[in-house]
Amino acid sequence: MAHSYTPGLRVTERARVVKTRRLPLKGQVVVKKGDKVTAETVVARTELPGNVQPVKAASIMGVHQQDLLEYMLKKEGDPVQKDEVIAASKSFFGLFKSQVKSPCTGTVESISPVTGQVILREPPIPVEVHAYIDGVVTEVIESEGVVVEASGAFIQGIFGIGGETTGELVMAVDDPATELTDDLLKPEHRGKVVVGGSRVTKQTIARAKELGVRAVVVGGLDDQDLKSILGYDLGVAITGHENLGTTVVVTEGFGRMTMAGRTFNLLRKLVGKKVSVNGATQIRAGVMRPEIVIPLVAAAGEDAPEGENLGLQIGSPIRVIRMPHFGWLGEVVELPPELRALETEAMVRTLKVKFQDGSEAVLPRANVEAIET
Amino acid sequence: MATASESKGPDSKDGTWNGRELKSILATDCGSTTTKAVLIEKRGDEYRLVVRGEAPTTVEAPFEDVTRGVLNAIMEIEELAGRKILDGERIISPQNGTEGVDIYLSTSSAGGGLQMMVTGVVKAMTGESAERAALGAGAIVMDIVASNDGRLPHEKVRRIRDLRPDMILLSGGIDGGTKTHVVELAEIIAAADPKPRLGQAYKLPIIYAGNKDATAEVKERLGSKTDLVVTDNIRPSMELENLMPARHKIHDLFMEHVMAQAPGYRKLMSWSPVPIMPTPAAVGNIIERVAKERHMQVVGVDIGGATTDVFSVFQGVFNRTVSANLGMSYSVSNVLAEAGLANVMRWVPFSIEESDLRNRIKNKMIRPTTIPQTLEELQIEQAISREALRLAFQQHKALAVGLKGVQQERTISDTFEQTASGETLINLLGLNLLVGSGGVLSHAPRRVQSAWMMLDAFLPEGVTDLAVDSIFMMPQLGVLAEVSTKAATDVFVRDCLIYLGSSVSVIGRGKDGQKCLKATLDLPGGKKEFDLNFGTMQIVPLDVDQTAEAVLEPAQGFDVGAGKGKSLKATLKGGVVGLVFDCRGRQPFALPESHDERIKKFTEWSGALGAYPGLARS
Repeated sequence: MAHSYTPGLRVTERARVVKTRRLPLKGQVVVKKGDKVTAETVVARTELPGNVQPVKAASIMGVHQQDLLEYMLKKEGDPVQKDEVIAASKSFFGLFKSQVKSPCTGTVESISPVTGQVILREPPIPVEVHAYIDGVVTEVIESEGVVVEASGAFIQGIFGIGGETTGELVMAVDDPATELTDDLLKPEHRGKVVVGGSRVTKQTIARAKELGVRAVVVGGLDDQDLKSILGYDLGVAITGHENLGTTVVVTEGFGRMTMAGRTFNLLRKLVGKKVSVNGATQIRAGVMRPEIVIPLVAAAGEDAPEGENLGLQIGSPIRVIRMPHFGWLGEVVELPPELRALETEAMVRTLKVKFQDGSEAVLPRANVEAIET
Repeated sequence: MATASESKGPDSKDGTWNGRELKSILATDCGSTTTKAVLIEKRGDEYRLVVRGEAPTTVEAPFEDVTRGVLNAIMEIEELAGRKILDGERIISPQNGTEGVDIYLSTSSAGGGLQMMVTGVVKAMTGESAERAALGAGAIVMDIVASNDGRLPHEKVRRIRDLRPDMILLSGGIDGGTKTHVVELAEIIAAADPKPRLGQAYKLPIIYAGNKDATAEVKERLGSKTDLVVTDNIRPSMELENLMPARHKIHDLFMEHVMAQAPGYRKLMSWSPVPIMPTPAAVGNIIERVAKERHMQVVGVDIGGATTDVFSVFQGVFNRTVSANLGMSYSVSNVLAEAGLANVMRWVPFSIEESDLRNRIKNKMIRPTTIPQTLEELQIEQAISREALRLAFQQHKALAVGLKGVQQERTISDTFEQTASGETLINLLGLNLLVGSGGVLSHAPRRVQSAWMMLDAFLPEGVTDLAVDSIFMMPQLGVLAEVSTKAATDVFVRDCLIYLGSSVSVIGRGKDGQKCLKATLDLPGGKKEFDLNFGTMQIVPLDVDQTAEAVLEPAQGFDVGAGKGKSLKATLKGGVVGLVFDCRGRQPFALPESHDERIKKFTEWSGALGAYPGLARS
């Protein structure tokens, strides 16, 4: 049977969620295999080398670079305090003429008689990695991090901004077509992950930030609003580092987009649960989508299926992901093996879909995604 | 026993390898998403493409072995050509009867290609030379750190640490000049102590190609911390740029360090007697060789999903630039950000709300594999591509320049010409061949759409031949050129390029409808005269492999290459589109400012070219 593989975003009530939590540099893992952890548990820590501060010591003292070593009061590897004198030149009478003070506390990294520079390194910067999800440590990667696993619901968005956060899931709208307007956000949403409907505006996100909402999950967002929120026109979809205060996860796309019923209903079912949310998106090789993870105690220990995808087949539920039927849901009724011409005259692989209202259309296979069941 | 030169397999014009005639060649290009294989055979005196096959690249999980994708692509070749090439997982070589191939070659851009950082003392001088060296070697230049780039030393340190390049090209200073600045750059790199992107088990490769007098000091600072390789200064004097030694070192280190870390590459390297080339370096190689062999000035462009590469050969000088964030899917939104809405909108032949256009572009960015289904969506994508190509070419022109900082001796007559140092080498009037490749150009539903996009984006002047590389086999031909120039150029000319036809673009401004050119063409059916008016476009059919001797007589104030009002004799080449006369003017090229007038003109041109369905060629 003719079939094609068009992966969709994962929206599932039972999944085994596996998260590798790795340090940026080697360090110390502080949990062990089998430990139960919460999202907030520190699992590994390390120290990043401190920042470097070059000091033009020779020119400050007005001496020749080659003679710098003669005037140094500290040698490579010595610790120094802020404002401590590290080099000094003397006059003929043995009096100090000029001094070089350390601009920071740290150690002397190097002294260069070629450039006349002294390079100081500030103290190391501590870095901690949290578990991010409530779960169990299933593997320890020595000196690097851990693998945390949990069973529960897993929902991928299409685009997000802002980094990892956690909070209790709440609904702010009753149906997926309703726009999340600022008046729907209440003070009791502080510290929560709020689910909206078809769209969120910059005003609503500003209100969410003001109220201390941890994250907002909605169907769509206008690009003009995204530009205002970020303060720049996003050129390439690599996000997650924005320091917004409120993480935003968009499930459908740009514009006003009714949230897929399946996603909305699953979220509604999980109201009151603690969820982990990450807005980080990277659309390039090794794509990364934003996500909502809801570890469920009842499901713990179950080895949920990975959701084997057999590709598109007759009867497969799909969603259209490009104009002119963007967001429509339907079922595959025909998968012609030959290339067919589009309105543009491009010859491509197509499929025929029957939409929920009974109408039918021929679409490029590239413009639909399978809805995983 | 083979001698050193034999074992290296010297390039030979007649297509031999180690003294043996090459009858069959198998070449692959391992791209980020697809591995493409081509089978080339010698038929009579000529080398020709036999079949091509492709398979998904398998560098990433779950396979993590590039050779899986290569074998799959070769298996498709076997099936299509009805010929056995593999014995299990081994390529049968040399050819034995009808089995196997004489040589296997490969290029690669998988795993993000080669990502480099370069340094120079003065950004516009040694910094720019280093950038040209790295780009010419097929790298993506992540940043140029220069003594005068305005950043504080600790900011430079942080930048180097954050970017994690595959390799650093450290240059700076002329031989015999001051050492201080380049040693300072070495100290900054030492302080950053950068770690390579792929794998932590090896030291970061650094190529030193700066002031030779500072070599000892640089070695002292970086010798133990990094894998330091010293080569000739890329700028031995102000007047001289010497990029080849650094480019060769980049290729060597790319193979030894970066590629060897990628999954499966050690095995792949053992299959080929020729080093694996970075894909863009191979494309540059074939363009450079063809241009030099045929004494042509060439511009080539490859517009992809994330990046746009531009290659040029002018006055025998090869240049390449990568516009890292100008592309048609992953970077489509950045085209809008860089070009500005008005510039994109000027190519859209219908009315559309800004918010609607913005959302459509962002939706393409987040779902990069979707394709335009309606004519309107196709026209929006082609509008964006014009801006991506224009911006990429603008960046190319800015880098493909003569050396900056060179004192020029001038005579009194030069003062009228003002040819400053650092002037671009790109001379559109001297451009002979413009080659486009990449999805939006190679797979445009009508070839004339590709010709039109290239004319709008590059604005060639006078007579220029247009072509597209429809199956993008330039990478394979580029590495093949290392073994046999003849085989590579035979296939390039015969099978790689689809000739669209010659374009004739009139320089000058006039009033709409004003006569600007008389063209007398000696066509296969007989001599014909055409009177062309300003503000129009026209196609004259002429098939591939046919030529037409032309006398082009521009009206007063207009120029087609011989000077204002002067007639030009030229041989125009046919193609799948035909001869394209572009009388919309140049210097400047301008579209009507009024929205309605612009759409009216666009519709008129579309009709004249037969560019879109529903608008027959008039």
